[in-house]
Amino acid sequence: MKVTLKVWRQKNAKAAGAFKTYTSPELNPNMSFLEMLDVLNEELSNRGEEPIAFDHDCREGICGTCALVINGTPHGPQKGVTTCQTYMRSFKDGDQLVIEPWRAGPFPIIKDLVCDRKSFDRIQQAGGFITVRTGSAPDANSLPVPKEDSDLAMDAAQCIGCGACVAACKNASAMLFVAAKVSHLGLMPQGQPERYRRVKAMVEQMDTEGFGACTVTGSCEAVCPKQISLDFIARLNRDYAVSLLK
Amino acid sequence: MNLLLRLWRSSLGKKYVMALTGIALFGFVIGHLVGNLQVFGNPDLINTYAHFLKSKPGLIWGARIGLLLMVSLHFAAAVTLTLANRAARPIPYAGGSSPGSTWKSRHAMLSGLVILAFVVYHLLHYTALISGINGTGRDFSLLKTTLSGSNDVVPDVYAMMILGFKVWWVTAFYLIAQALLFLHLGHGLASMFQSLGLRNHTWWPRISAFARAASLVIFLGYASIPIAVLVGGMGSEYAQRALAQMSVKEAK
Ligand code: HEM
Ligand code: FES
Repeated sequence: MKVTLKVWRQKNAKAAGAFKTYTSPELNPNMSFLEMLDVLNEELSNRGEEPIAFDHDCREGICGTCALVINGTPHGPQKGVTTCQTYMRSFKDGDQLVIEPWRAGPFPIIKDLVCDRKSFDRIQQAGGFITVRTGSAPDANSLPVPKEDSDLAMDAAQCIGCGACVAACKNASAMLFVAAKVSHLGLMPQGQPERYRRVKAMVEQMDTEGFGACTVTGSCEAVCPKQISLDFIARLNRDYAVSLLK
Repeated sequence: MNLLLRLWRSSLGKKYVMALTGIALFGFVIGHLVGNLQVFGNPDLINTYAHFLKSKPGLIWGARIGLLLMVSLHFAAAVTLTLANRAARPIPYAGGSSPGSTWKSRHAMLSGLVILAFVVYHLLHYTALISGINGTGRDFSLLKTTLSGSNDVVPDVYAMMILGFKVWWVTAFYLIAQALLFLHLGHGLASMFQSLGLRNHTWWPRISAFARAASLVIFLGYASIPIAVLVGGMGSEYAQRALAQMSVKEAK
């Protein structure tokens, strides 16, 4: 199979970008989307052209580094997977694919399809942690946790911080990310001491970074590779309201 | 004061303001609908109701000031949030946007602005009684009647509603505004629970169903009035008589 690619090319953070159209070499439908770009890049290098820069690391859907918007959908057409876990068999021979970087003010573009997501790190640093005594490890199960709470906390902890929620949201809102981080700690006993300080600090950092507000369109939930639920945003709204009264 | 400022400066806080003022406006919309549906009774029913409201200036001005405050806060939060939301995505996507979202959820600002334009028109039309905009060329403030069992001369609200909705483009504008209110509330009533944190996976389907049902009931209720007048011919004879009496008054 072959596909036509309309790819965002941008030399550096300052340069103006533009789309450039490429025809892929002959592809195996079982290649991953990133392998398809690898093959194209090899061809570009051989021709002496600058290869397309894109982010990737684990290539197994767990690190949250890969970040491509494919035909308007972050991480492409398959539900619940990352870009690296998207395969060419999800497309048809002859398809035209528009490939863009995450687009958000707080995610400035570094080059081509690579954007800078340090704003997420700063939100995390503002409160996404717990205080523990280091040294000897505590006994396992010394703190009882209700099963429902640990299940919910695990659902939230699935967030890999890729930023697809921001990329998908018409307001470039980071609510789903912040909600997941606040919930996975706030649901556990270890997260209680800093619970309200955490939510306040993380929400304020989110606003400072310039992310938009939630208008409950549900785009974030629709594209999240870990299928994190909008329920967590409600929990964030609730915890933040309590934090304002404290 | 500190708390209010903190609310206003935070994106989540502004959504609490939108949700709370939204509930208040929803309450008004329901109350106003119940009042208006009295037009389906005999003319005395709604005229008595209107006369009762007018005779309680404390009540009516309290409600007006409260509503103005609610609309202003809702509008100010909507505008400032929308501007901030736009600024958060300086370069738009070329390949499509907002996957998995509904039209009504993406266009609350648009539907809200049409509703606001409608509210302004509606107030000029039936509250301030500006004759230049009602499309009949007649002055509705001259429509008077007496209630049965009394000699008090009171405004003939019933005749005013009938004559007002006989103008096809007025009815068309009212229906368009109601349709957009339907979409606004279909999204907003559910969104409000989300903004206030009142949702979980069990309640979300129920909340969404409530939003759809309540917005539909409101739409059908409000739309039924101009349609009954323009298409169903409701109150035609009564309005003709009221017009004839008014012509006598205008001649004097
Ligand atoms: C002045 C005209 C209006 C404007 C500009 C406006 C605008 C908006 C906007 C932008 C939202 C946010 C939507 C979202 O979260 O996606 C909203 C929410 C809402 N609006 Fe309005 N609106 C207006 C009038 C009204 C009226 C008359 C009502 C009630 C009958 C109403 C009820 C609501 C409700 C219940 C919400 C949900 C609040 C939330 O999301 O937390 N709005 N409005
Ligand atoms: S590269 Fe690690 S999740 Fe895709």
